[in-house]
Amino acid sequence: MTAQVSRRDFLKSVSALSASSLVLGFAPGSISLVNAATMSTAEFNPFVRISTDGQVTAIIKHFECGQGAATGLATLIAEELGVDLDKVNIEFAPHNPELYNNLAWGFQGTGGSSSLANSYIQYRQAGAAAREMLISAAANMWGVDAGSLSIDDGVISGAGQSAPIADLVSAAAALSPPAEPKLKSPDQFKLIGNPSTARRDNQPKITGSATYAMDIHLEGQVVAVIMRSPRFGGTVGSVDTSAAASVPGFVHAVALPTGAGVVVYGEDTWSAFQARRAVNVEWDFSNADNRSSDEIKAELIAAVNAEPQFMAKGNGMDSVESALSGAATVIEKDFYLPYLAHATMEPLTCTVEPTEDGVVLHDGSQFPSGGHGALTAVLNLPPEKVKVNTLYAGGTFGRRATTTADYQVEAALAFVLLGGDRPVKLVWSREDDLSGGYFRPAAAHKVRVGLNAAGDIVGWDHRLALKPIFKGSPLEQFMVFNGVDFSSVEGVADTLYDIPEHFVGLTDFQTPVTVSWWRSVGHSHTAYVMESMMDMAASAAGRDPVEYRLAYLSGGSPEQQRLANVLRLVAEKSGWDTPVAQGRARGVALHKSFDSYVAEVIEISRNANDAVHIEKVTCAVDCGVPVNPDVIKAQMEGGIGYGIGHVMRNEITFTNGVVDQFNFPQYQPLRINDISEIETHIVASAEKPSGVGEPGLPPSGPALANAIAVSGPRVTHLPMVKNGVVFG
Amino acid sequence: MQANLQINGTDRTVEAEQGMPLLWVLRDRLKMTGTKYGCGVAFCGACTVLVDGRPTRSCVTPIESVDGKAVQTIEGLDSQVAVAVQQAWAELNVVQCGYCQSGQIVSAIGLLSTNPKPTVEEIEQHMWGNACRCATYQRIRAAVERAAKILEG
Repeated sequence: MTAQVSRRDFLKSVSALSASSLVLGFAPGSISLVNAATMSTAEFNPFVRISTDGQVTAIIKHFECGQGAATGLATLIAEELGVDLDKVNIEFAPHNPELYNNLAWGFQGTGGSSSLANSYIQYRQAGAAAREMLISAAANMWGVDAGSLSIDDGVISGAGQSAPIADLVSAAAALSPPAEPKLKSPDQFKLIGNPSTARRDNQPKITGSATYAMDIHLEGQVVAVIMRSPRFGGTVGSVDTSAAASVPGFVHAVALPTGAGVVVYGEDTWSAFQARRAVNVEWDFSNADNRSSDEIKAELIAAVNAEPQFMAKGNGMDSVESALSGAATVIEKDFYLPYLAHATMEPLTCTVEPTEDGVVLHDGSQFPSGGHGALTAVLNLPPEKVKVNTLYAGGTFGRRATTTADYQVEAALAFVLLGGDRPVKLVWSREDDLSGGYFRPAAAHKVRVGLNAAGDIVGWDHRLALKPIFKGSPLEQFMVFNGVDFSSVEGVADTLYDIPEHFVGLTDFQTPVTVSWWRSVGHSHTAYVMESMMDMAASAAGRDPVEYRLAYLSGGSPEQQRLANVLRLVAEKSGWDTPVAQGRARGVALHKSFDSYVAEVIEISRNANDAVHIEKVTCAVDCGVPVNPDVIKAQMEGGIGYGIGHVMRNEITFTNGVVDQFNFPQYQPLRINDISEIETHIVASAEKPSGVGEPGLPPSGPALANAIAVSGPRVTHLPMVKNGVVFG
Repeated sequence: MQANLQINGTDRTVEAEQGMPLLWVLRDRLKMTGTKYGCGVAFCGACTVLVDGRPTRSCVTPIESVDGKAVQTIEGLDSQVAVAVQQAWAELNVVQCGYCQSGQIVSAIGLLSTNPKPTVEEIEQHMWGNACRCATYQRIRAAVERAAKILEG
């Protein structure tokens, strides 16, 4: 099989193709070198600008959704340039795929926990190039050897001379950029790996001055909200807007040409919301999915009990069947992992602004190439007439990028349908967000693990059924091989455990319910199943769950060693080998995703009423060179919290095709009292940086499940609260 | 209707439909966007402002109910408590996406203004209604404790 590579590796091979070229036929430029930019007075390269008063600005090619990429990229530049991090301003890059492509993908966008990984050398080179140019200018001016000069804390010094970089900016910017700027060696790092660097977005975010896409107010702006079909696949039949006309601030209402909904415009957000409530739509549900989620669940579970459509790994069904028939014990479980919404804190929104000869898209833009492509296509504009203004994003967890650029297309249509001369701000309400699709696909797994008399695994038959994310999309060719959408089976088919007779079968599930990547994508459900099964196998074998896992990671590959290493570290730090206090239990899980290795131990308590409380999560992570250790810790905390909140109590369900969850009361977010403590340990590493935004999530759910199973139910159908587990 | 409010110490007269939530008056009429929309049903706390000093969910507060009252938003915080809370938030790198943090900070100020030394349980009880999808809760808890320490002097 060729499917055992990560999404990142696939996309890396895409070379210079852009998402928009795939989606919408826009021809992109090639990946640029760091020095290929046109220069203006103080633009040292596409990533570094220094004003003549010495102010350094880092141009950030990734959006900032909380994951800390802006701080990380600024850190790389500050490190190589030789300035304090708090002296570096951040500015989001415009859409310009020639300069700002994600080098892992070949188009401009953020995701797959790739921001630091793809930029690590590029941004350091950018900082180093500026440093060498400043030093050359100083060397010329002072008539000394450049090799005798260095920059520290924004001051160039050496050979008995000293000057702030501000004094050399003009002269330096006129020099040719070095072809191969020399990077600092790790022993020279002052910022990379420094645990006390502060986030560069603290100030605007604690004073309310950070501008999110939701905060855009332009002269003459109209707010558009969309009434979408309550069932996926439904279309507009007839529309009655007569009652809306009397709503103060109502502007207009019109059906989308796609039939997917009705756009309702108001002079501001409140009037648009009010007017929408007054619009009546008769829907055509003839092509809609009218099933309830219980029916969908039953169909998914039936699918994993039937012959799989595709083989993702293994020697075939006969081979694994034969291994299992010779087993002393077979553990058999089916799993159900429900639909989940991303529920970003800032609901989806973007604004299309007409300019003299084109438009600007104001967006918390995860895929600038996607939003740009959407507007060029819908508005039929040449690429250069469409600009993208990237703003702070109030969370994403994957939602602000889809293979269809869904909400940017909606905004473009709403803009055109109103005539194209007023700025149109598309706003999703929280209710729109929870019912609007692009969910983590519901998935069923069925696993049979065979053990010999000694408790060793002799065969592992793993079947999955879910709607694929990439298949049928413009990104299909990078993720789908021999019919297998690898995002459906990642974390199973590429497990680092040495499992004999490991068979993985997949069946695609069909529904108009839209699905998409959700923080950690396939790993969000596959890690839950793999690590639950490993615990059950260890238990059946009568062996310690840590020792048992280590036995399957002893093949000697570097990846296995890194995974085993975080497991040993988390065992040590969590006191795994010490007895737990009365009424407490621990569970462990590990997972590799996005090239990072994470192991977690969760310690729970049970009160007199048997309510479970998460006392402590101990986490060990190996993500290569830890650029900003405190950001890494924050991402582990965030991934763990997001993962645990959902396995505890979240799911999107349907009754006759209509989403049951209206708002947060029915999709209760993780709250401050749910987890008492998270402690993260970072492995010192010289490997290239890898992901941190997603990898903390996958082990969190199964670690909790494994702790609960010590003296409670083994939860295989999520969420946990539906299995009699009470949290307190 | 016309409503007369004192917003961040300044008297303002705003024109708004009866029933229009304070949140949308602040955001769309006065262009004060630091106060955020998250759910519209008082279940996430992103819209929290102080009304006569008390943390209030502005998304379900009709404009007529605050006529004649004093409203403080994230943009107008300058009390000793506010300074301590914002300092603690920065020291501990609490924010991630940041969208809920105006509401978190205003809620924390409300807590420390009436209870300068809250226990962990009191912090959790008071802050429970402020959701953070990035799950910055551990740092929020620590930052409230840190702010209390700063205020202690």
